[in-house]
Amino acid sequence: MLDLTTKIGSLTLKNPIMPASGTFSEDLAQVFDLDVLGAHVTKTITREKRNGNPTPRVCEVRGSMLNSIGIPSKGVEAFIENVIPFYADFDAPLVVSVSAGSADEFVTLCEEVSVAGVDAIEVNISCPNIEEDGKAFAMRPSTTEMVMRRLRDATDLPLWAKLTPNTGETTEVAKAAEAAGADALVVSNTLLAMAIDIKTRKPKLGNLMGGLSGPAFKPIALRMAFQCAKSVDIPVIGCGGIASIEDVIEYLIAGASAVQIGTATFIEPKIMVRLIDELPNYLRSQDLTSISELIGSVRDEEAADGLVFIEAAP
Amino acid sequence: MSISTPQMPLNSSHEAHQIFEVDCMVKSNAPVNGEYRLLKLDAPQKILDCEPGQFFHLLCPVSGNLQPYFRRPMSIYGYYPDKGELHFLYKVTGEGTAALATLQPGNSLNVLGPLGCGFDIKPDWKNLLLVARGVGLATLAPLALEARRQNKQLTAICSARSSSVLMSIDYFRNLGANVITVTDEDATSNIENLRRLIELQIAKTGVDAIYTCGSNRLLKLLQSIGRQHGIPGQIALEQQMACGIGMCQCCVRQFERNGKIVQERVCKEGPVFDLQEAIAC
Ligand SMILES: Cc1cc2nc3c(=O)[nH]c(=O)nc-3n(C[C@H](O)[C@H](O)[C@H](O)COP(=O)(O)OP(=O)(O)OC[C@H]3O[C@@H](n4cnc5c(N)ncnc54)[C@H](O)[C@@H]3O)c2cc1C
Ligand SMILES: Cc1cc2nc3c(=O)[nH]c(=O)nc-3n(C[C@H](O)[C@H](O)[C@H](O)COP(=O)(O)O)c2cc1C
Ligand code: FES
Repeated sequence: MLDLTTKIGSLTLKNPIMPASGTFSEDLAQVFDLDVLGAHVTKTITREKRNGNPTPRVCEVRGSMLNSIGIPSKGVEAFIENVIPFYADFDAPLVVSVSAGSADEFVTLCEEVSVAGVDAIEVNISCPNIEEDGKAFAMRPSTTEMVMRRLRDATDLPLWAKLTPNTGETTEVAKAAEAAGADALVVSNTLLAMAIDIKTRKPKLGNLMGGLSGPAFKPIALRMAFQCAKSVDIPVIGCGGIASIEDVIEYLIAGASAVQIGTATFIEPKIMVRLIDELPNYLRSQDLTSISELIGSVRDEEAADGLVFIEAAP
Repeated sequence: MSISTPQMPLNSSHEAHQIFEVDCMVKSNAPVNGEYRLLKLDAPQKILDCEPGQFFHLLCPVSGNLQPYFRRPMSIYGYYPDKGELHFLYKVTGEGTAALATLQPGNSLNVLGPLGCGFDIKPDWKNLLLVARGVGLATLAPLALEARRQNKQLTAICSARSSSVLMSIDYFRNLGANVITVTDEDATSNIENLRRLIELQIAKTGVDAIYTCGSNRLLKLLQSIGRQHGIPGQIALEQQMACGIGMCQCCVRQFERNGKIVQERVCKEGPVFDLQEAIAC
């Protein structure tokens, strides 16, 4: 018997494949049975209603994309009323992604979404902290630890901290989240990037800049997932650029206990179903019987800490 | 004006249908004039249960320098369950459509759909007016066919740069439509002349509903005529799309509803919207 299950703290997922926040919604149920997924992760919500950024909100870059969707939100009440009940019919655990501009607002929102039907909260701390200098909470260990501690006191649900690649302190931020009581890390959100139309000389995004995601981003997010897995004892969920079963395996070997699929779903809406189908074949082909044999199996034995935790390209 | 966010898809009046992702075989992909191509696909029955105005999201082939990444949205030009065919009429404007143009008979094309909410024809509407320019005619073609099936009277005003790129005229004529053509070349496509032609039609036969797509100029004109005569209308709109099925929120546009500005997703609540609620941009 092949064992595809993976443990994320107190939650056991039936397989390690789940969607990334913002690239998934109830609408995908029109394409396939969402219950095949290891978990469901909703688009980040804020407490108040918000419109998000001006269009164009996406653009292509060679084989990948930039987005500046922002967080359009119908508000927490509409979310609790309409979205949470939709997922009640499924076995897969529901992970709700939340964001706020201040720690107080984060606390209130976490309390509000700690309701029946929600199995974990993904804390999108890659958003700007508007009370300080507008830098994302997850850019610094101090703000990460501060906000995660407040949230740890605010809810009994598992807390997943979603990190940003827009920092030079990846492992310090990871450790800060762990110290503050996070149950898992999601590594990572998109990388700040830009594209300009050389004919019109206009930035391709209405918001000037946006986040890089898709295959071009994978080596960066994989490096971060590896560094995080090396520096903390809580599970790491890899996220960034996954588009094939080989990508999934690479993240597991790097130390991820599960993975999230984002941009690839826009190109191939049933990709998560395909990856879940391909996992057993891969395990069999390698004479493995469980996912856990892969997790963290990277052969970096001789590498010194100085190398593992480096924050500059050699 | 206050700003509010999109309606939940689940509360939408259109029932959620199944969306398919399938590989189709290209039957033909030939130019219809200097600018447009007609793509005919061999399609399984299950994806041919379409509404006029709906679209598919096409995974354009990647070859050489042409490396489109996102899918490209394309209106259904024709869906024929009897023949098992799905047709698109498109203009090559950039990387994705240039890649589409490289498809040869026998090649395969991955399509996602049918997507979005199409046009409505109310039972008591007898005289329908279609006004479209350029590739917008592609979007209105299946509507004309459906109107014919329902025995409606149809007038189609077709606008283009020149008579050589006027498309689908025979298509509309064969459906028994009263076809009026206007072109920039003949200086007949200007707003004043269009207004005159439409007013004439209203006076002659009456018009129960107006259908259009795309152009801001047409939108403003038709909104004004619609308001003046109390004629309802629908418009098919475009916006850049990533997912095409409602997940990513990149395709929103603003609409004015009950004095409020609301945002809706073109791929999900649209691409067909109420003519008066649309905002020219
Ligand atoms: C619902 C819908 C139906 C459409 N139906 C038709 C049709 O029947 N025939 C036809 O010729 N065209 C149609 N279009 C427009 C068509 O999608 C664009 O021409 C096409 O995406 C351009 O891609 P490109 O790579 O060639 O151009 P590029 O300019 O290189 O495209 C760059 C990016 O912008 C997007 N984009 C560019 N123009 C448009 C546009 N007008 N609308 C939406 N996205 C755009 C592309 O999808 C791509 O993501 C439709 C658009 C929508 C939204
Ligand atoms: C259109 C779009 C919207 C996104 N919205 C969110 C969001 O609301 N919250 C969040 O934490 N991450 C969001 N992300 C980031 C993804 O969850 C993911 O971290 C990132 O895209 C990297 O994974 P990928 O390369 O597989 O897409 C979004 C990404 C995209 C492309
Ligand atoms: S294209 Fe993604 S929501 Fe419309």
